[in-house]
This record gives sequence, structure tokens and C-alpha cells, in this order.
Amino acid sequence: MRLRSTSPHGAMRLSTVSLAVLCVVGLSACGARVDGGSDTSASAESCVDTSGDTVKIGFLNSLSGTMAISEQTVHDSLQLAAKEINADGGVLGKELEIVSEDGQSEPTVFAEKASKLITSDCVAAVFGGWTSASRKAMLPVFESQDSLLFYPVQYEGLESSPNIFYTGATTNQQIVPALDYLVEQGAKSLFLVGSDYVFPRTANKIINAYAEAHGIEIVGEEYAPLGHTDFSTIVNKVRSADADAVFNTLNGDSNVAFFKEYNNAGMSADDMPVVSVSIAEEEVGGIGVENIEGQLTAWNYYQTVDSPENTAFVEAFKAEYGEDRPTSDPMEAAYTSLYLWKAMVEKADSFAVDDVVAAADGITYDAPEGKVVVNGENHHIAKTALIGKIGADGLIHTEWSSEEPIEPDPYLEGYDWADGLS
Amino acid sequence: MNVFTALLRPGRARTLAAFGLAAAVLLLAPMVLSPFRLDLLAKFLCLAMVAVGIGLAWGRGGLLTLGQGVYFGLGAYLMAMHLKLADAGPGGVPDFMLLYGTGQVPGWWEPLRSPVSAIVLILLVPAGLAALLGWAVFTRRVRGAYFAILSQALAAAFAILLIGQQQTTGGTNGLNGFRAFFGYDLADPLNKQMLYLIAAGALLVMVAVVRQLSVSRFGELLVAVRDQEDRVRFLGYDPAAVKVVAYAVAAVMAAVGGALFVPIAGIVSPADVGVVPSIGFLIGVAIGGRATLLGPVLGSIAVSWAQTSISEQFPSGWIYFQGALFILVIAFLPGGLASFAGKLRRRRAAAAPGDAGASGDAARDHELVPERSPA
Amino acid sequence: MDIIAQLFAGLSLGSVLLLAALGLSLTFGQMGVINMAHGEFMMAGAYTAFVVQGVVGDAGVSLLLALPLGFVVGGLLGLLLEATLIHRMYRRPLDTLLVTWGVALVLQQVARDVFGAPNVDVRAPAWLSGAVQIGGLALPRTRLFILTLAIVCVVALALALRATPLGRRIRAVVQNRDLAEASGISSRATDRVTFFIGSGLAGVAGVALTLLGSIGPTLGTNYIVDAFLVVVAGGIGQIKGTVIAATALGLMQSFFEYSTTASVAKVLVFVTIVAFLQLRPQGLVSVRTRSLA
Repeated sequence: MRLRSTSPHGAMRLSTVSLAVLCVVGLSACGARVDGGSDTSASAESCVDTSGDTVKIGFLNSLSGTMAISEQTVHDSLQLAAKEINADGGVLGKELEIVSEDGQSEPTVFAEKASKLITSDCVAAVFGGWTSASRKAMLPVFESQDSLLFYPVQYEGLESSPNIFYTGATTNQQIVPALDYLVEQGAKSLFLVGSDYVFPRTANKIINAYAEAHGIEIVGEEYAPLGHTDFSTIVNKVRSADADAVFNTLNGDSNVAFFKEYNNAGMSADDMPVVSVSIAEEEVGGIGVENIEGQLTAWNYYQTVDSPENTAFVEAFKAEYGEDRPTSDPMEAAYTSLYLWKAMVEKADSFAVDDVVAAADGITYDAPEGKVVVNGENHHIAKTALIGKIGADGLIHTEWSSEEPIEPDPYLEGYDWADGLS
Repeated sequence: MNVFTALLRPGRARTLAAFGLAAAVLLLAPMVLSPFRLDLLAKFLCLAMVAVGIGLAWGRGGLLTLGQGVYFGLGAYLMAMHLKLADAGPGGVPDFMLLYGTGQVPGWWEPLRSPVSAIVLILLVPAGLAALLGWAVFTRRVRGAYFAILSQALAAAFAILLIGQQQTTGGTNGLNGFRAFFGYDLADPLNKQMLYLIAAGALLVMVAVVRQLSVSRFGELLVAVRDQEDRVRFLGYDPAAVKVVAYAVAAVMAAVGGALFVPIAGIVSPADVGVVPSIGFLIGVAIGGRATLLGPVLGSIAVSWAQTSISEQFPSGWIYFQGALFILVIAFLPGGLASFAGKLRRRRAAAAPGDAGASGDAARDHELVPERSPA
Repeated sequence: MDIIAQLFAGLSLGSVLLLAALGLSLTFGQMGVINMAHGEFMMAGAYTAFVVQGVVGDAGVSLLLALPLGFVVGGLLGLLLEATLIHRMYRRPLDTLLVTWGVALVLQQVARDVFGAPNVDVRAPAWLSGAVQIGGLALPRTRLFILTLAIVCVVALALALRATPLGRRIRAVVQNRDLAEASGISSRATDRVTFFIGSGLAGVAGVALTLLGSIGPTLGTNYIVDAFLVVVAGGIGQIKGTVIAATALGLMQSFFEYSTTASVAKVLVFVTIVAFLQLRPQGLVSVRTRSLA
């Protein structure tokens, strides 16, 4: 090998060019500074085109990656709702034109695609998102571009963006009723198991506050990394803690490993019931009915809900996608979200974001889950809470219901024990 | 002269020409692209910075690092933390800490309040970590596959750590919702353009640095270490030191890429730094030509662009395409697409023998692909 | 009592890791091939169990059928991979890592398109449900089964390597490829057989995993990083090292997890391994050779 002595001139010239570039940058491009007090909302001029016979809306779900399992189902029910609405004459006489994007199960991609849907495709509203991370990633995009997002999944609350409508449950419509139910059943101690991310951590913070006020003992709180599949240690801890019930906020695959381990360790719904808030009809099949039969869930909708609206929804869904496809809470919330947007637009007689938001308050819709009412102040919807039991048929059957729709309260301001949580 | 072959062809004059052309293209882009597409391109440029570093460490040094996500993530998170603190104002607490944390700013965040120390840390922390880790690993002669697997485990551990510390790192949500970049409003398109130009400038500087290193004695040593580590040792050099430097430089480039990625993409989350994105950084490098100067940059930008546009049309098609491209290029064209140009040139050189001598040596360097290292 | 329960949990996790890493230590050890698609071979084994159960119905019979079938499915996939791609690349071991990663991506997507994105479930047979009670201790039967399976696999592999002509050839190639070839051993054929066995073991591991968790396209990715760490920490070329490393990793994970949290435990395990490799860069047990590395 020959070591060559080299003159650095060539590279020096390159560096000079680069420096020149940087100088140009420094001199030419200086936009507004935040403290300059300039009005930047002008940059978010909407480009939505409503002059033709159609209006564009965006669906943004993960069609690839780890979340595709869940989000594909939401995507399907959104498509169903759009098809029904178009068959019925569209919105304000305009046919819906769907622009579908893949969030790839990555928050960064969600932010990028949201931006594309709003600024390149000029959609009137976007429907989608699942994980808290995807919603948090999209939120600044929708706020800075002043567009609309309809988010269809139950979540951890403590949020209320003027540019998002939350059609899934907030904590006081799912977790708090589940706790009320457990207290009613005489539970004195709880063990908390969750995946390590924002929803379980926040949910457990709320549960701890609730427990303190209601004399319930929290005997353990365990987090598993997302995708964790070895639960022997956590189940050991649950076993020795011997609580009256387990509150489960695990997500996705982990549930399967957890419940298999739980059963194999000789525990069952009879001696220590598990209340889950992330297991819907879709997941029951993957976990295996035999592993989870008799356990409890907390949602606002089950496929078994007995109402004419739900019968129609379930039938339409099965006709479209096959007999073996169940319907679940997030799917129903997504389906409902499209109809709610339609109702808002028709009430406002406009597709403009400001008009739609102004018209939102009090919009009522007979959804498959029952009557829902939009709260114009916090952009959530009033929903009925349902505690269900997983049956041998793989479906979830209502065990207990709040009877009336519960007003959404994302910051839990109406609960004394929740002081200091937000 | 074909533009593509010119871009990939070594030799000082031609490199300078290619460099100038690339700079011109990058500077003209803002006039042609819509703000959204420009933003995308800026993002791709940040990812390309990681690729430049990998080109140096892997292509020239043979260090297959499957953990560049760690350094990209360090740069990104340090920048994101600074932006969060800056948004919160003097003494303020970032919004997510009020919601999910204790409402107090932890002590190890405090140094990032000042813009100056933030920039210094973004450069020093990754360099320090890489130097420390590299020194520990390379002096013990851990190499080849062992190093690759260790760096991968590092990326996995880093992502788990970030997720587990939700109160101080934002957990799976990551950090996002930045309003300003060193005082400049991020909602202003003019400032977005400025960010793009900074990213383009930084990328050009990095390419220049790699070029400088490659033609220096260090660059020759690095290639020598890749191909015959023991012989280099017998000649009296310390191969570990050479590797540590290459690894640390690659780490700093990844960190700068990460730091600029944050204001441009508006978010960083553990999904951007784990095992999968870390391997993802390699795809563009391998496809473009790992041992060439501009191959990693062009390859990385092309792959990012393909990912965005193909996945817009066919979500699952992208995965097949990506997998197939990866398999085909690595198995059958290990020099990357750039080696097409090399083959072309050799054919031409054979036709006109007088021209071959000038760039012959360098050409061989550029096309080398590591052979099996003694196990 | 908790300590004993944790000991069992650790051993059980160790046996899972061992099953996942055993085949890897064979292919990595002999050929220096870093097969990132190993996890996807496990996934293929798991889906084999799912398909077999769909055909046979009875959970017990299908499990016993799926074990050999999983071995064959995994093995054939491995053979295919070796014959089409890897044999071209024995001189470029690091590139095999990248190629097989591409293969892994494609296989995952194939599984997603064939079996659907939602995870599927394989029922455990009745004789494996519940736990064996010893004192106040509940030892899940599935875990005992996997522990036994891991031991059987290790013993079978050890015997095959030690006592059969094939095993002698494999060991000869591992220790000195050139010398083995000079002695008339076809290293080409030996490579193929080794790859078949190594990938087959991944298939068996996949079948076993159906007893513990769900079966989805990303099943393998959960194990691949850990499995590689086991191989690296154990040292290449010897089963003994892999067995010890897997057990140690399992125990560490379960005890760290018990005293801290699952996330912190994982990070601690990684850090421990990096530190360990500082002490012994060649891993726990290594074949002594005269090479400089």
C-alpha cells in the first residue's frame, strides 16, 4: 500500500464554497421571530376546493407496520361510512373524495402525511390516528395549518385542541366508570398492569388518585415494554400480590402473552378478574377465547349492543367485509366521526373549518352505540359507558351500563379527587 | 460527459464539479418545490447526513454500525429538549412535563436552556459517547459481526430507555410541538426555507469533510485497516485509534442530522431511533455505493423519496420493493449503483489507455468492498 | 418462595432464548453468516403450528405434529436462502446481515398478506394448560414443556455433532474450513446441511413460542436481538457457550425485572453484555484457533 501525501487545496476550496453557502443562508433568509409579534396565521390559508361536485377528505391510518393490525379495521369502517354517505347524496350535495394515506405506525410519518393531506391534497378534514403518539404528533400540524382532525380512539384525556374532535372515550367515560363498577362489586385492592407508554401511565395516575379517595389499595403497578412477550415475572408479582382485581392497560400483542401466562399460572376470572381497556372484539380472536373468557372490558360500544342503528351497522359492515369480521369500539367511533362531521357541515352549511367548529356544539347523532352529543367546548362527545364480559362466542356482552351518556370531562375537572392531576 | 457518471467519478477536478453541481441543485430547489415538498427534501437531507457518516465508517472503514439511530437520536433529543425549554421561556416547564411528569424540570435538562451550550452538547455528547464506546470496543479488538450486533443492541437499549423515561423524555410520544427555532417562528414558511438552506449547507460541509478525510493519510489508513487490520498494526499504527476517529466523526454527523431533523419534521420519537430505523439508514448507503463520496448521499435521498412516494400509492408494495432492492443490490451489486459508473469507466479506460493512469489508484479505492475479515 | 419462582421464570426465559439462539449459533458459528431472517424462520414455524391446528383440530396431536413439521418448514426456508443468496456471499459476512435483513422484511410482509395483519391464536392442548403445584409454587406446564423441549434439542444437537459422521464433518469445517476441505470434506454440502439444521431449529422454536404468546408477522423481531446477544456472549462454535449464555441472560432478565421494571431490566442486560465482552471479546467459550482475531 502506498501512502500518498496529499495537498489539502481541493478540500479547502470545497469548504470555502460551503462557507459561502452558509453566509448566503444567514443573510438572505430570515423570517419572523416569535417575539416579533408578527401574525403568522396568515400562512395557514386554507386551499380546500369546494367549487366542484366533490369535496376531498383524508383518511390517515397505519396500513403497514405494527399498528396495521388495529388501524386497518378503523380504515375499513371509515370507508364504509364514506360509501354510505355518498350513496345517500354526499355532504351538502357534494360527493366525498377519499385521499388515503399510510401512517406506517410511526408518529413522524403521521405528522408528515397530515401535512401532505392538508397542504398538498387540500382536504376538508382528516379522519384517523390511533396511538397517543400519532395524535400528539399530528396535533401541532393541525393547529398550525388550522385544519380538522377526527380522532376515533379512547385515550388518556388531558387534551382538548380546537382543531381535533375526539370521538372515542376520554378517561371519565371509560376508566372512571370501570373503577366505579369495581367499587360496586366490592373490590378493595387493585393490581395495575400496563404497557410502557403514555396511555397506561396516565390512566394509572388517575387510578391511583381515585383509589386514594375511595379507600382502595393499589398493591402493585407494573409496566412492560411495548411488544414485550415474557410475562412470567409480572404474573409472579400479580400472583403474590393477590389483589381483588387486575386493571389491565396493556396494548396489542402483549395481551396475548399476558393472558396465556395468567391462565397457565392457574389464575382465572373467578378468583382475580382482569378489567381491560384495550381489548376489543378484534383482539379476542388473536388472544384466544379460551384464554380470556369471563374477563371484563370497559368500552362504549360492543358488537352485541341491541339497537336498530347497531343492527344496521353490523349488517352493513359484514356485507362489505365478510361474515367473520367483528365490529369494535374504535371502528364504531370512526364510523360515527364521519357522520358527525357531515352533521356539523350541514348545520354550518359550509366546509370552512371555523364554520364547522362553530356549528359543532350540541350536534346529536344516533350512533350504533346509542345517542352521542358533541360538546362544543372541549370537542369530545357524550357517550354511554359499558362494562362487558367476554363470552365463549368471542363477543363481549354488556354487564353494566351507565344508562345515560356521560358528559366528557377530559381534564377531570368535575371530580374532587382528581385535583392536581392536570 | 454523462452527468451521473461525473457525479460519481473520483478525481479532484471532477469531484469539485460534482460538488458544485450538487450545491447548485440544492440551492435552486426552494424556487421549484412547494413548501411541503421542500420540507420533505429538507428532512431527506438530514437523513442523508447520517448516510454520509455511515459511508465513512462503513464504506471506508468497514465498521458496520447498526446503531447510528443512537447518535441521530442523541442529536435530535438534545435539540428537541432545547427547543422545548426555549418555548417554555426562562424558568418555564415544557408542556408535556406538566401533564405527565412532576411539573419540575429535571436537573439534567437545565444545561440545555442556553442555546450556546445546547449546540455544544449536540456536538460533544455523541462524539464523547462514540469515542468512549469505540475505544472500549476497538481496543479489545471486537470487530466485524460482533461490533455490528453490539451496536444494534445499543440502539435497542436506547429506544427502550427513552420510552421508559416518559416523565422526562416524553416516552413513545417523543417530543414535538415546537414553536420556534432559536427564536425564529417555525410556522413561518420563510423560516422553513432558512432551515432547508441550513440543512443543505451542513450536508455540503459534511461531504467536504469526508472528502478531505478520504484523501488524507487518515483516509488511506482507514481503508487499510478495513482491508488488512493486522498488517496495519504490524506497520506500527494503532488501528483502534483510526477506527475510533471514523466512528466518532460518523456519530457527530448523525447527531447534526438529528438536531436539524427536529425543527424540520417538528417531532422526534423513539420510533425514529430504534433498531429498524438504524438499519434503514444503511439502505441508501448500500444502494448508492458505500465507498463512494456522493453515493451515500444520493442513495439515501433517493430511497427516502421512493419510500414517501411509493408508500403513498401502495402501502405494502413499499416493503416488498425495499426488501427486494436491498437483497438485489447487496447480493449482486455490492458496490452499489455507483459501481455501474465504475464499470462504465473501466470499459472506457480500456478503450483509451492514456487516460487510465491518472485516476487509477483512487478509482480502486472507491470501488473496494470489504472482503471477509479474518474471523 | 418468590426467589424460587423467579429462578424458574429465569430458567424458563433462558430456555426460550436458547431455542431461539441454538440454530443461530450453528449458522453463525460455522459459516459466519449473520442470519437476520432467523426470527422470520421462527415466525414461519409458528404459522406452521397455526396451519396444522387448522387442519388437524386436536390441539395435542397438532402440537406434536407441528414440531417436526416446523423443523422441516424452517429448514427448507433456510436451504432456499442458502442456495439462492448466502452461498454467493461467504466471503462477505457483514453483507449477509444486510441481505438477510431484506429477506426478513419481505417474509414479514408475505406473512401479513397471506395470514392477514391480525394476530392468530394456537390453542394449547389440555395437558399443557394450568400449572404443576409444588409446595406453594405454581410451575406453568407450558413453561415446563418448553424447558424440556430446549433440553431435548440441545442434547440431540450435541449428540449429532459428537457422534455422527455428519457431526464430525460439521465440527471439522467450523474449526478449520480449509484443512477440512483439504481432507476431502465437501464444505459445500456440509454448509447446506448445517444451514438446514440451524434454520430448522428456528422453526421448532417458533412452534414452541405459540404456547406463550400470539402469532403475528413480527413475532421474530421480538427475539432476534436477544438471540444474537446470546450467541455473541456465548462465543461461537460451541453449544456449551450458547447454553450457559442463554441461561444467564434469562436469569439476569428475570431477576433485574423483579427488582426493577421490565424496561430497566432490558437496558441493564444489554449493558452487562457490553461490559462482559470487554472482559472476554470472544465470548464465554471459544474455539481456540491460531488466527489473530
